[in-house]
Amino acid sequence: MRELFHEIASSLRNNKLRTALTGFAVSWGIFLLIALLGAGNGLMNSFMGNMEQFVSQTVSVEGWRTSKPYAGYKENRRIELDQRDIDYTEGRDWEGTITGVTTTTPSTSATLTLNGHSAGGWIMGVMPENLEMEKRQMAAGRYINAADVKERRKVIVLSTAHAKELQPQDPEGIVGKWVNAGALAFRVIGLYHTEEQDFRRPTPIPYSTYKGIYDSSDKVESISFSVSGPKNLKEHEAFQEAYVGALKRMHSIAPDDQMGLWVRNGYTQNMQMNKASGIIRIALWILGLLTLISGIVGVSNIMLITVKERTHEFGIRKAIGAKPGDILKLIITESVTITAAFGYVGMFLGMLACEIMDKTVAQRGVNVGFDTIKMLVNPSVGLDVALEATLLLIIAGTLAGLVPAWKAAKVKPIEALRAE
Amino acid sequence: MALIELKDINKTYNNGQPLHVLKGINLQIEQGEFVAIMGASGSGKSTLLNILGILDNYDTGTYLLDGTLMKDLSEKQAASYRNHMIGFIFQSFNLISFKTAVENVELPLYYQGVPRRQRHEKAMEYLEKLGLTSWAGHFPNEMSGGQKQRVAIARALITQPRIILADEPTGALDSKTSVEVMQLLKRLNQEEGITIIVVTHESGVANETDKIIHIKDGVIGKIEENTRHDAWQGGLIK
Repeated sequence: MRELFHEIASSLRNNKLRTALTGFAVSWGIFLLIALLGAGNGLMNSFMGNMEQFVSQTVSVEGWRTSKPYAGYKENRRIELDQRDIDYTEGRDWEGTITGVTTTTPSTSATLTLNGHSAGGWIMGVMPENLEMEKRQMAAGRYINAADVKERRKVIVLSTAHAKELQPQDPEGIVGKWVNAGALAFRVIGLYHTEEQDFRRPTPIPYSTYKGIYDSSDKVESISFSVSGPKNLKEHEAFQEAYVGALKRMHSIAPDDQMGLWVRNGYTQNMQMNKASGIIRIALWILGLLTLISGIVGVSNIMLITVKERTHEFGIRKAIGAKPGDILKLIITESVTITAAFGYVGMFLGMLACEIMDKTVAQRGVNVGFDTIKMLVNPSVGLDVALEATLLLIIAGTLAGLVPAWKAAKVKPIEALRAE
Repeated sequence: MALIELKDINKTYNNGQPLHVLKGINLQIEQGEFVAIMGASGSGKSTLLNILGILDNYDTGTYLLDGTLMKDLSEKQAASYRNHMIGFIFQSFNLISFKTAVENVELPLYYQGVPRRQRHEKAMEYLEKLGLTSWAGHFPNEMSGGQKQRVAIARALITQPRIILADEPTGALDSKTSVEVMQLLKRLNQEEGITIIVVTHESGVANETDKIIHIKDGVIGKIEENTRHDAWQGGLIK
């Protein structure tokens, strides 16, 4: 084997242009594939990550405005959900399907003050499940819990942005302090994380506390719950239609009016997203494989020319005792060596490109109004995928070289010697 | 027993029109002979040499090399026989251009599986014999025609073959170098007792050998004993 590599090394050293061309084709193919997949993965990660922030595995319903006249009512009628809807949701019709029903009150704006600092807040009554529902990340302290709701505690959860405005020198130290909201005072029990730019900064208080102070009606802002039973997109859609249809009947909304109720179905959204991301992933792979094929074609093309060009040399080798197998081995080992070495270079450069993307493009956020979204998140390709791709190219390159190599090995020495 | 024994060898090329090149060749060459096969171009002399060198096959007849029948060999067997029994010298030298002189000489031993160090030593030994020690690290295109042919001769000799087959060995050389190369082959024949078969169309070259086999239109004509080297009085002139 060592002898063979000496043989190949001298052949490669003395055919630099050919080696460089083959190598370039291989490196370029692998580089493009990995850079492409890396960027694609970054895009997917960003997409999924951004979605995960807003989408939870729940269904939420809010009252909105009708767009069609129905049952004697004019269009543009404001729909408000109330205790009746909660009772229906929790009722026998959906027993076993709907669980964990929770609700929020409408929100009331209030100016929060502490030691001369002030910040704008939206006070709303929530149930403990709201934390998971809204996918809030706690930065300090805790969220509203069942005891808070039961005992109507005057506690409030602020965002980190509020904390910075109210107590700039020690934002986290605000937990435990009493802040004023208008004429009332609430004790801060926790901070949830939010981006600086986020203007929708609710300041949750217990549901029962809100009802006692701001709104004694049985109106609710939203109803949220978990669903168990439906398994696929179709079943979830059927469930949603049945449930929302019932609510529409209760509120006399036209069955085909899309505006009367605002429904956010985390299950179907997730499923559609997964489907979309699956399609994007497949598209990326197809693009990648096409790139790889161009690399393979490059390699096999050069192999073809190489073998043709070296026929005379193979004739000499045969005349002095090279067996067909020796010639085959020489060509194949040479092609594997080139593709492997340059494939590795391409792989390395591709991963470097991903790294550079991570340090540049991925660091820049794009402002989408209420939030900053990073276009690329962790653009990288797993080492396994990179190695597999390189291996694939090596195998394909070898297979592509096999046919001309086989022909070269088969040609009679006298014919090979005549070739120029 | 003769080293080479040909009996009624026939060879036809079928490139479009069938071309009967060798029409029943009978020939015996003994161990240690220095023979020339002479003929005009198209006489079939190169085909005969290719068959002798197992580079090409024949249609009918028998070819015994050192008592072994050379017929219907696989490429692998043929390669092995070529490697161990035969050394080739070509008109156009047929050195591998991207290998140095010593690497070219080593190559037959590489295919015998001789370890690198050993074959290098041996190749240097043969280069020294041919006065090419200082050219060992040079590539073929840095050498003169005579030097290249001497490298080729060293490569042919390194496996210590039973026969050296030389196809127009002086065809690409000037007259002075031609004389040197023929003298070298003669010396190898006399000192080492190697059987040498030279194919040529030049009578001056043939005159240096001990036996001249004339071939014409695919059949062997007369065979001249030439021990006095007077078959061609003009000497080795081109």
